Amino acid sequence: MQELLLEVIKPTLEVIKPMLEYVSRIIVPMLQGTVVTLELFFITTVFSIPLGVLLALARISRYTILRDVVGAYIWLLRGTPLLLQVFFVYYGLPNFGITLENFPAACIAFVLNYAAYFAEIFRAGIQSIDKGQYEGAKVLGFTYWQTMWRIILPQTVRRVLPPVSNEEITLVKDTALVYAIGLGELLRATKIAVSRDAVTSPFVVAAVFYLVMTYVLTKVFDKLEQRYSIYE
Amino acid sequence: MIEARNIYKSFGDLQVLKGISLAVKKGEVVAIIGPSGSGKSTLLRCLIYLEVIDRGSIIIEGQPIAYEDENGKTRYVPDKQIRQICKKIGMVFQNFNLFPHKTVLENIIEAPIVVNKVPKQEAVDMAEALLRRVGLIDKRNSYPSQLSGGQKQRVAIARALAMKPDIMLFDEPTSALDPELTGEVLKVMRDLAEDRMTMLVVTHEMGFAREVADRVIFMDGGEIIEEGLPREIFCNPRSERTRSFLKQVL
Ligand SMILES: Nc1ncnc2c1ncn2[C@@H]1O[C@H](COP(=O)(O)OP(=O)(O)OP(=O)(O)O)[C@@H](O)[C@H]1O
Ligand SMILES: [Mg+2]
Repeated sequence: MQELLLEVIKPTLEVIKPMLEYVSRIIVPMLQGTVVTLELFFITTVFSIPLGVLLALARISRYTILRDVVGAYIWLLRGTPLLLQVFFVYYGLPNFGITLENFPAACIAFVLNYAAYFAEIFRAGIQSIDKGQYEGAKVLGFTYWQTMWRIILPQTVRRVLPPVSNEEITLVKDTALVYAIGLGELLRATKIAVSRDAVTSPFVVAAVFYLVMTYVLTKVFDKLEQRYSIYE
Repeated sequence: MIEARNIYKSFGDLQVLKGISLAVKKGEVVAIIGPSGSGKSTLLRCLIYLEVIDRGSIIIEGQPIAYEDENGKTRYVPDKQIRQICKKIGMVFQNFNLFPHKTVLENIIEAPIVVNKVPKQEAVDMAEALLRRVGLIDKRNSYPSQLSGGQKQRVAIARALAMKPDIMLFDEPTSALDPELTGEVLKVMRDLAEDRMTMLVVTHEMGFAREVADRVIFMDGGEIIEEGLPREIFCNPRSERTRSFLKQVL
């Protein structure tokens, strides 16, 4: 019995061992790529969510001009490919005298793009709150802004968590696009290893990295949803 | 205390209020009764600026919020001033409109702290006193979703009282409740009336109108058809419309 087991395990180990050795060699550059990926992810999240809130509030403002301008902005940013926007900021803006390194260029394009998506999510969330909440606050003497910040937006958070979680997962994967302007993020680090060593296993490793990141995100949002549903 | 003169209100082509005039004096409890769709809610909502009137004027504690200018056109004073004046009016809705993301206590202290700049501890003490008064002190840390309808409505009343209003408006405060829960809310309202709170109550509870109100107003089709002492209205109505309405509900 034991011998039989050994006979199976030994050859398997012999196949796996060089693979493991190989992976341990490429893991450092891939982790470095992941750091860039995560930096872009966090910067985009931290800036695009507040910007999205502001755009959403502008989108429902009583000033028609403001609503229309923001509507056009959202249409433009959601209506064109993110990669095109990245190219525009990186290659196009220098024509207007603004030259950026590839990382800040990617950040700007991502923040502007994701803010447009978040704006629509938040607008829908705000508008899903019952009119009675505004009335309840109004008869207590709250101003419009007090009502928004203290009553409406806190309730909106709970409602938008699922769609925001969706966007965040998409964002993790969208970061791979900046490969196209030469940023050394995870996918680029992977592709370098693949080309150099003429193997495909780095793709598998990259897939695992992305899966781990999206898994952690999913868990974080699950926790947030739990925390915000105590009052339901 | 609160006075409406000849107010008109339409929604599109539908004329809902057709020249309503009414005055509620300090300490008075006035009940408004009438069939569904007669404009009772709209009237209350106009008084507290949840709806904008087309014509007429509204005066609260001597201060106009809407008035007719020299051309007879109705104008409102600036929003900020209206907010200041309407702070003196509390309103209780049919469906409570509690803030679901805040606990019972937080629901009550929110407006005093944010609007009236009351120090937090003072607001909490006041809220606890109010919760004792409506019999819900043990629910202070519950969320509205954990309460029964009757309890929610009592919290809503406490929340309105926390702003120390001079007048309380009630729009069918018990009609969203199961019959066995209306009693606890009506009791709180009776207590308020005994404390000489000025109240304007739209209600389907004829018993409450008869026993607690100083005056009853019967509305139909956007007009005040008849008003008077409860026993006049209930025992000896002058109008045929009042009579047929009372026959249906009693
Ligand atoms: N925001 C609105 N837009 C259009 N029509 C409205 C609006 N609010 C009320 N109405 C209409 O105005 C009329 C009077 O409504 P209101 O709610 O004041 O009646 P009510 O006397 O309170 O009735 P109920 O006893 O059923 O509460 C109804 O025909 C109603 O459909
Ligand atoms: Mg009504």
